[in-house]
Amino acid sequence: MKKFLIPLVLFFGLVIFLALGLQRDPQAIPSPLVDKPAPAFSLPTLDPAAGAFSPAEMQGRVWLLNVWATWCVACRQEHPLLVDFAQRHQVPIVGMSYKEIQPQDVQAQGMDANAKLQFARERSQVWLSRYGNPYVLSVIDLDGRVGIQYGVYGVPETYVIDKQGVIRYKAVGEVTPAILASKVLPLIQKLNAS
Amino acid sequence: MGAFNPSALFARLAVSMRLWGLGLAMVGVMLSPAVAQGPQPAGPGVAAPPTAASEPTGSLSAAPLASGQAVAAPTITLGPEAAPMTEEPVLEARLLKLSEELRCLVCQNESLASSRAELADDLRREVRDLLREGKSDQAVKDFLVERYGDFVLYRPELKPLTWLLWFGPFVLLLGAVAGLGWYLRQRRQLADTAPALSDAERARVDQWLKD
Repeated sequence: MKKFLIPLVLFFGLVIFLALGLQRDPQAIPSPLVDKPAPAFSLPTLDPAAGAFSPAEMQGRVWLLNVWATWCVACRQEHPLLVDFAQRHQVPIVGMSYKEIQPQDVQAQGMDANAKLQFARERSQVWLSRYGNPYVLSVIDLDGRVGIQYGVYGVPETYVIDKQGVIRYKAVGEVTPAILASKVLPLIQKLNAS
Repeated sequence: MGAFNPSALFARLAVSMRLWGLGLAMVGVMLSPAVAQGPQPAGPGVAAPPTAASEPTGSLSAAPLASGQAVAAPTITLGPEAAPMTEEPVLEARLLKLSEELRCLVCQNESLASSRAELADDLRREVRDLLREGKSDQAVKDFLVERYGDFVLYRPELKPLTWLLWFGPFVLLLGAVAGLGWYLRQRRQLADTAPALSDAERARVDQWLKD
């Protein structure tokens, strides 16, 4: 009896092990930036009249940083959730337009820096007026260098940053209603209370 | 028919060999564009170029044709995969060596050196700039690990978090060896304690062995 049980137990152990492995998302890489200060930057925003934005301006508030782009399909899927969130909650969402100009944007390739910025602004504004604008402002990271500082490797990505400017949570990929309800909202409440 | 005729057999063999030669010659012609692709492993020609030249060993007509094409092949070369974009060969060589140790975050099983993803381009640019600033290889790795985690390193550093990764297989192996030893000892004990054979049984065993 025992002889048959041992391989059976081993087999089910393996099945459980593999089943757990299948449930995990291989794209989700734990970010080492969680619980570290959000990297400083200074970037122009979508509003040409406004000056550059830097995260230090958000000191003392709990806020979200959402990395997005008009070419990003998952961002469009996620977008209604952000718009809804912005209407319901008093938590500011800062957008970061990540590498808006892509290699396939042939018409923008020969432009100088200012024209590129203008191009990105216009296209982003059109997109936001079509799908709604949940952002208090959106910075423009054209060459993706600030993205690298934040460890961005796929858009959309969303960061929860606390009053002291420390990253407390990072979601890679679309923020789903489940993630929002189970992770983001409780965390924001906790951070706002402290 | 009836009588065995060796010369007729040989003639028939010769005809079939010539037909084979013709077939191989045609194969050689068909493969020749692939031969002309040169030493590009992922080129559109699926057939590996060297075999096309060495294949028609049995045929007389195909060999000169195919090898003639192959000789011309090395003069036509395609560009290397990721063209270096600078005139700093030393820096570029360092970048290449270092980026082979780094993982591309988008296509996770490719190194930063071989990946064509856009993020890999950006990261290579970042690494290039850091090297130009005079940063050491270790400093560059630290920079990336701080932002993307140990995952960017193909050989993660040895620390408590990665102990399981580094030593896990050896622990498993040791466990298996220990298990095997235990099992063998059990078996030997079983053999030692087994009841001895009676004379009648011994006689029967001897009988079986003889048969």
